[in-house]
Amino acid sequence: MRYIFLIYSRETDRASMSAEEDQAVRAAHRAAQDEAARRGVLHGAQPLQRTNTATTVRMQDGKPLIIDGPFAETKEQLAGYYVIDCRDLDDAIEWAQKIPSGCRGAPGCIEIRPLLELPPR
Amino acid sequence: MNAERARTVVETTFRREHGRIIAGLIRLCGSFDRAEEAMQDAFAAALADWSEHGIPDNPGAWITAASHRKLIDFARRERTWREKRDLLRDADEESAFADAASFDEAAAGLPDDRLRLIFTCCHPALNREAQVALTLRTLGGLTTDEIARSFLLPEATLAQRLVRAKRKIHDARIPYEVPPEHALHERRASVQAVIYLIFNEGYLATHGDSLVRRELCAEAIRLARVLRELYPQDAETAGLLALMLLHDSRRHARVDAGGALITLEEQDRSVWDRQQIDEGLELVDFALHLCTPGAYQIQAAIAALHAQAASAAGTDWPQIAALYAELAKLNPSPVVLLNRAVAIGMSEGPERGLMLMDSLGVSGALNEYYLLHAARADLLRRSNRREAAAEAYRRALALATNETERRFLLRRLQELPG
Repeated sequence: MRYIFLIYSRETDRASMSAEEDQAVRAAHRAAQDEAARRGVLHGAQPLQRTNTATTVRMQDGKPLIIDGPFAETKEQLAGYYVIDCRDLDDAIEWAQKIPSGCRGAPGCIEIRPLLELPPR
Repeated sequence: MNAERARTVVETTFRREHGRIIAGLIRLCGSFDRAEEAMQDAFAAALADWSEHGIPDNPGAWITAASHRKLIDFARRERTWREKRDLLRDADEESAFADAASFDEAAAGLPDDRLRLIFTCCHPALNREAQVALTLRTLGGLTTDEIARSFLLPEATLAQRLVRAKRKIHDARIPYEVPPEHALHERRASVQAVIYLIFNEGYLATHGDSLVRRELCAEAIRLARVLRELYPQDAETAGLLALMLLHDSRRHARVDAGGALITLEEQDRSVWDRQQIDEGLELVDFALHLCTPGAYQIQAAIAALHAQAASAAGTDWPQIAALYAELAKLNPSPVVLLNRAVAIGMSEGPERGLMLMDSLGVSGALNEYYLLHAARADLLRRSNRREAAAEAYRRALALATNETERRFLLRRLQELPG
């Protein structure tokens, strides 16, 4: 089953990282992605640009209401995602520990959500 | 006559074997709901069949076999339905139902199945309330109504909690597995926490139906026995079981006829359950020899010292204080530190205890905690400082919310010499 890993971290923390820390995080991402790709379970992974680039569109009475900024103001912001095919939730929890920004000393956390698999059309 | 006998055997079989049976069924069909339904149908069928044809030689095996037939029925029905709808479904889920041969191998339900079940029910991806409810429902075999009553919740709330938990297990695919070695310690601690929580809900709560609460303590002890059967060499599991047995051994002595609490000091030690104490002591001894210390073992060792004292005056307070100091190293919570202060007050004199309590009070963490003031009051009473004791009791009374505790504090306040 495929799970999406939503990475939440503080943009401010990210901005204040030293060059070495930044390098280390990038390397950890590459390692996680390489491992997932090698095992044939990677279905995409991408960082997002900062929330100051976000635009929210809400349809109201058939018309789009366009708002500057992310859907919700939160302490930690959605910073990127992975989609990985996992055996079960425990397997997904193992992957979450390999993806940086989550629970490994770096600030932030990862929300794991199973994708809703629809029958083929 | 026969019907009555059948009912008795059905009830005993349920109590003794439902955990094994349901755990095996869940493994086979991968669904808590279907497994539960199959088992319930099988027990209902047993009631009718055994009244008429007599009790089988091995009632548990009969129920297991009947539940398996029900599962196969469900699977067939499901498959026809699926074929009609031409729905594509997960292949491995399908094969689990279709392979009738694999049903036999589940036979009596290996201990592994109960192990899988307990780890799934206590999976950290479920919230604690859900873990407790699910464990009591599936492994404990309590009805939704019984669980709801023991937690003073509407039955609908509890039912909803169970539905959500089972849905998350299914939808997020929480595995039905014993966790791998590297995660085992932490996951087992989660199981132990759930069991201890169930026990304390029965032991400490002074509200609600006392019979149901009694049942919670017994259930927690039963669950710890299962866990211990599965991990005989785990020191903390032995410690947890010992701790609960030792506390529970005082059940007849700790509340009077009117429901008021009786302190350890004032309890009639002759009504303590000696057999349970002996078992608890043996377990403490066994656990400590494994040389992997832990919080349950230390607490059990403290309970053991109380259990071994022939009278309240004969309690080995210096040793208890030393054990609380050990416990504080693992868990330096204000409550543990308070207990240590009480033990020091009892062994080295009230003044030493009061000094430690005052420093705890200063840190602020416990200032609003009625037990700090109740414990201070007790030491002040023992050192004959009547006025200060009365003030501390009044402070404790103002903070205590539990009616039984309040009655106790009020009595102590009134008993102070004039």
